[in-house]
Amino acid sequence: MSDKGTSNLFSGFCAVVRRDLLLSWKRPGDMLNPLFFFLMVCTLFPLAGGPTAEQLQLSGPGVMWVGALLATLLSLNSLFVSDYEDGSLDQLILSQQPLPLLALGKSAAHWLTNGVPLVLISPLISVMFQMPVQTITIMMVTLIFGTISLSLLGAIGSALTIGAHRAGSLLSLLILPLAMPILIFGARTASLSMTNDPTAAGIYFLGAYCMFALSLAPFATAAALRICNE
Amino acid sequence: MTTLSGQSVSIIRGDRCLCSDLAFSVDSGELLLIEGANGSGKTSLLRGITGLLTLDTGELTLNGVPVTQIWQSFRGEIIWLSHRVGFKADLNLWENLAFEKHLRSTSNTELRSILKRLDLDQIATLPFGFLSAGQGRRAGLARLLMGAGRIWILDEPLTNLDASGQSLVQELITEHLTSKGICIAASHAPLEVDARTHRIKLG
Repeated sequence: MSDKGTSNLFSGFCAVVRRDLLLSWKRPGDMLNPLFFFLMVCTLFPLAGGPTAEQLQLSGPGVMWVGALLATLLSLNSLFVSDYEDGSLDQLILSQQPLPLLALGKSAAHWLTNGVPLVLISPLISVMFQMPVQTITIMMVTLIFGTISLSLLGAIGSALTIGAHRAGSLLSLLILPLAMPILIFGARTASLSMTNDPTAAGIYFLGAYCMFALSLAPFATAAALRICNE
Repeated sequence: MTTLSGQSVSIIRGDRCLCSDLAFSVDSGELLLIEGANGSGKTSLLRGITGLLTLDTGELTLNGVPVTQIWQSFRGEIIWLSHRVGFKADLNLWENLAFEKHLRSTSNTELRSILKRLDLDQIATLPFGFLSAGQGRRAGLARLLMGAGRIWILDEPLTNLDASGQSLVQELITEHLTSKGICIAASHAPLEVDARTHRIKLG
């Protein structure tokens, strides 16, 4: 009996992940837009900022992190809007599955379709910024933790703004303060690794922040969905 | 025997009181019909009964137990169908219904036979967004047949449907009530269902 219970518990989570992945497969534009945005910011900045290797190395981590943060915010706007508009949010809330797990499924699918591509493309961008190999690795690690945290925290903001149409700026206002530590520690950790300074502390912090978001954000998202879907 | 009842239910939206001190009770095999003009709060009351909307006062009880104490099992009992059917426009009916299966307990009826009965088997592989409004509503009925919930909560179930669709809905409701289900519906068009009917008039 208990065995059946746990498999049922995660069947809702898995179903949401599978459905959202299928949806972005059928509509790849939603997934590619933020990625192109990230690519554009990161490729245009060196052209405008100056081509010397020192300059590029100095600004690289910061530019990449700002680009990744804004690209993620861009994609978070629509996380719950379509569910709200077509009525499937009602069905999610009324389902027998625990809503926090379904919300976690939404965040997981968002990370898989938006965060993972950012992480995967980051080495290419890092090379353009003349980063040394150890920095490229650190950049990827910080981006992994950072994008997971952003997908989780962003879900709260996205849930809170479903009723308000075109709430992009409102969402940014809600999420940016929470995202500041990620940006600061992410960019700084990558910069430190370029001068061979210790980076463990920054990575630990990002990991802890990610775990913090993972354990609390789904509950906050679920509560926000219940309130805002009224 | 299942009884769903509400005591002194009020719903206030903004500064408008949609209903106040409303009491109702429906038993297995009975229909509760909510009537009223457009904007009189029929949908809000239905959403209040499902729990999507918090009641401002009053409470709902299922067999005498307040539903707030048994949310999990209460959600398993209700099936909610409104004008926003809740299917994804980019997915076809199979994919949409397969997803629904994971959300709540389902009856044992095979999906294929449900679609055949609703006359949807020809269009089940088209993206939901390609279907007409009426076909979309018809597809929503699949949720009723698929779910194991005994309390159907229907918002304007006849809208957009053609004559055969409307009689299908009435046939499904009659069947459901005969098999000891409960149906709560808001409808403008008269529902011709041969069962004991309670009425609530709003506005």
